[in-house]
Amino acid sequence: MTNLPQNEANDPFVDFSDVALRYGDENGTLALSGVDLSIKKGQFAAIVGPSGCGKSSFMKLATGLCPATEGSIRVAGAPVTGPLKITGMAFQNPTLLPWRDTLRNVMLPLEIVQPHRSRLRAEYAKYVAQAKTILATVGLAGFEDKHPWMLSGGMQQRVSLCRSLIHEPQLLMLDEPFAALDAFTREELWSVLQDLWLEKQFTCILVTHDLREAAYLADVIFVMSARPGRVISTHRVDIPRPRTIESTFDPAFVEIVQKIRAEIAQVRKESKAPARPAAQEQVQ
Amino acid sequence: MKAKHRKLAEKLAPWVVIAGLFTIWQAAIFIFNPRPFILPSPALVYQSFIDYRDPIMAHALFTLTNTLIGFGLGILVGAMLGIFIGSSRLIYAGFYPLLIGINSVPKAAVVPLLVIWLGIGQPPAIATAFLLSFFPIAVNVAAGLATVEPELEDVLRSLGASKLDVLTKVSLPRSLPYFFASLKVAVTLAFVGAVISETLASNDGIGYLMLQAASQFRTSLMFAGLLVIAAMGIGTYLICAFIEVRMTGWATRKQTQVTGGG
Repeated sequence: MTNLPQNEANDPFVDFSDVALRYGDENGTLALSGVDLSIKKGQFAAIVGPSGCGKSSFMKLATGLCPATEGSIRVAGAPVTGPLKITGMAFQNPTLLPWRDTLRNVMLPLEIVQPHRSRLRAEYAKYVAQAKTILATVGLAGFEDKHPWMLSGGMQQRVSLCRSLIHEPQLLMLDEPFAALDAFTREELWSVLQDLWLEKQFTCILVTHDLREAAYLADVIFVMSARPGRVISTHRVDIPRPRTIESTFDPAFVEIVQKIRAEIAQVRKESKAPARPAAQEQVQ
Repeated sequence: MKAKHRKLAEKLAPWVVIAGLFTIWQAAIFIFNPRPFILPSPALVYQSFIDYRDPIMAHALFTLTNTLIGFGLGILVGAMLGIFIGSSRLIYAGFYPLLIGINSVPKAAVVPLLVIWLGIGQPPAIATAFLLSFFPIAVNVAAGLATVEPELEDVLRSLGASKLDVLTKVSLPRSLPYFFASLKVAVTLAFVGAVISETLASNDGIGYLMLQAASQFRTSLMFAGLLVIAAMGIGTYLICAFIEVRMTGWATRKQTQVTGGG
């Protein structure tokens, strides 16, 4: 159902054109301003930037949870007017339902998204098998009947990932999904997420503070300025897949991370200076 | 072994406290020796209870019936009202002051009005029990609905969930612990309401019994009535607490984990 005609495959799947977002009335906080970016179908994009640069606002715009104040947003070839139904989301907080066991937490989207919703009752066994398969993929076979509080933080985050993918969304939005985890678990989940992405080929947007995470996972990295956020540079990551922890010691990898780190340091310095000079565009 | 001892101690503690209270009471009688119509001894109260157990039980049953019917109505109306005012911020803002106002009116002052509308005996007792018990239920359910994490709502909305979906999949289950916690408070308040009304306008019930006993200075009988109400209050409280743990064990998991889970 997600197969686009060949000639559309190169069109942007997510397209922001001169988008601004202001919270509240005209005097409200300007979170984003002049955001231009496009992401191709099946691409893995990462958005990095200093804290408070409006990364989470960007998520809300792309999923249609929040309307843009200015500019146009198109996803899958159509303008975004309300909450999109083709997305999956995962956050820093796993937001699992504590009264449901792992399996039923993962199956939550199936109870809401069509066409699964009307088929769920008739083909329950098939959907259970599907949920068990994806849980096994992230290494959680045998934990189906455990409740969230019985799982570690990393395991909960895996469940959250499974839940965001069970209905096979075309667009996966991740808002710092691994930020609350310890370094070892985080690196392990990078690999889990990469495997899922390689297997299912969805378009993915990852919002993160972690530059190594962005470089490990993404095909393209957008660097945002301090508030009001806009895209100040775009980096392609051409390190071959599947990437491993060894890839993170690759000189090309280190170079990208260093470059982005320098850019963000520059942005932070500028945003602290009293009179703010115009940030130079350095699109690569 | 140690954990086992602690569990046993936890179970015995309430009985020890109650037994201690009666011991102090009896000791005070020995030391100060008040006249029995001022403060009867526990033995005398027990004697009254045995002597009048049939009328006491009949009146207690009447009170219990009124309490439970009023409480049942309170659950029904309280839960629906809670969902109604908890479902939207505007409704919440609009109705909350009115609810506070209604709850602030002393219910004893409303009983005469209820008598004019409903007659005496059972109907005003049920109505008063209801009036006292619906409020904590409504407020708790509304609070439960209002504390749903916004991110969880985002997850559902980004899937295209309707308001009804969010309510049934997230908000209502989320507010169940609040609901069951409020039942424990509400059921004891329902007893208060039923007894107040019976004291003012009834020819049956523990409240009536107390009034009659007071008019004849049979203080030990009054105490017997009080103790029966207290016992029924504890009994219904325990039933509500048991249902709470059964239905929403996930919210009180620390307790159930320590006691070995249910």
